[in-house]
Amino acid sequence: MSDVEEVVTRAHREEWARVVASLAKRFGDLDIAEESAAEAFATAVERWPLDGVPPNPGAWLTTTANRKAIDRIRRENKRDDKQKEAQMSYDGPPEPLGVIDDERLRLIFTCCHPALAMETRVALTLRMVGGLTVPEIARAFFVQETAMGQRITRAKAKIKAARIPYRVPAAEDLPSRVSGVLAVLFLVFNEGYLATGPDTDPVRGELTVEAIRLTRLIRALLPADGEVAGLLALMLLTEARRTARVSQTGELVALDEQDRGAWDTAMIAEGHHLVRERLATRIAPGRYQILAAINAVHTSARDLRDTDWSQVVALYYQLARVDPSPIVALNRAIAVAELDGPEVALAIVDGLTDTLSGYHPYHATRADLLRRLGRSRESRAAYDAAIELSGNTAEIAYLTRRRDQLG
Amino acid sequence: MQYLISVIDHRTASATDDEMAAIGTFNEQLVADGHWVFAGGLSAPSDATVIDGRGDGPPIFTDGPFLESKEYLAGFWVFEAPDLDVALKLAGAASKACNRRLEVRPFL
Repeated sequence: MSDVEEVVTRAHREEWARVVASLAKRFGDLDIAEESAAEAFATAVERWPLDGVPPNPGAWLTTTANRKAIDRIRRENKRDDKQKEAQMSYDGPPEPLGVIDDERLRLIFTCCHPALAMETRVALTLRMVGGLTVPEIARAFFVQETAMGQRITRAKAKIKAARIPYRVPAAEDLPSRVSGVLAVLFLVFNEGYLATGPDTDPVRGELTVEAIRLTRLIRALLPADGEVAGLLALMLLTEARRTARVSQTGELVALDEQDRGAWDTAMIAEGHHLVRERLATRIAPGRYQILAAINAVHTSARDLRDTDWSQVVALYYQLARVDPSPIVALNRAIAVAELDGPEVALAIVDGLTDTLSGYHPYHATRADLLRRLGRSRESRAAYDAAIELSGNTAEIAYLTRRRDQLG
Repeated sequence: MQYLISVIDHRTASATDDEMAAIGTFNEQLVADGHWVFAGGLSAPSDATVIDGRGDGPPIFTDGPFLESKEYLAGFWVFEAPDLDVALKLAGAASKACNRRLEVRPFL
């Protein structure tokens, strides 16, 4: 990559949300904001290699996008009201500096409005705030590009027609709205950490990095929110293990086989710090804080045997009280296997058949427990079921090797 | 900006006395806060008549609703609200008052 290309890529990562947010505020229209921002970046790709990189790329992009937006409005013959409106807000008093971050937060909360379907919120956040292209988002969610394009277009049309406000919700609505935003960011992160489609990279760093960046943004504005801190810690402690998670041959590496020396110590330290900070508040933790605590135990151990499994199991019991889902019960069983043996764990897992038989980690977990109990024939069948249901290439490679190693 | 709040029900004129009282109190608050435009209950879809005047001849009248469904529009409010968040908040209170599911749609 040339130096200029690198600058454009970095500017896109760092400035996209800022440019879209400032245009959304000025023109009150997400369509205009997004399309004009995209045009400004396209212009940068053409111009910067010829004219040189401007001294302040962010300001250049915002100015260019503003001009593109005004051109667009002029072309669409909406000159009278929209242009007047834009001019008015442009001539308003200068905004204090911190407001720029608030603009991005407004954008996140608008994209994650509860009146939009969850999958639409994720897609819209990735597009408007994360700057991912529609084909990229379509690939991440394993749907047709046209379908994803329509979903995003429909969402923007609903925001406009139903007048979903472009603002951070009022203080009393914030707790309920934040939980939706965190759920979106966690989905974005998980899609990056274990991509569901067979035609993408098995691990998508651009999604995990983006989810962490957006969570940091929420945290900077809501520093007292325990679940925001918990989710950030959870993401950092998970992301710290990313490079150790796929082998050079493209196979998923399970926790017990990972090279712990390859884990990112700075991220682990930051994650641990956040978990300790939350513990010190003595406020009952929510789902993300408990998950972060579980990951803190894992990342504190030198190897798998050194892991404090009784602590992990206790935390899973705590998690099950907050989130009594069968998936939590399945993950708890995996920890129980380390503490009380595979037989006890298998009994728990077998009790989940009705609800989880379509979920590939259920079969993968059963396969591993049956393997440890020497029940090879049943284990092989469970591996087959897991392979059948998984879409992730690295995970399929891992499960296939495990199955083929059975005696 | 105005929003149509549809009351979804499988019966009509089915509100209990308590529900009617709660709706009355809610409506008074709507008027007091400047959100009131209009509200009313509707009779059953079986009372409906469909009219088709699209052809060259006289309009054709057909007995019954244009759409048969288990649940239907049993009544509605029209709210005046600056944005969807305000409309949703009012609709939440309306749903509690009338004890029915509601649908919110903006007027164009």
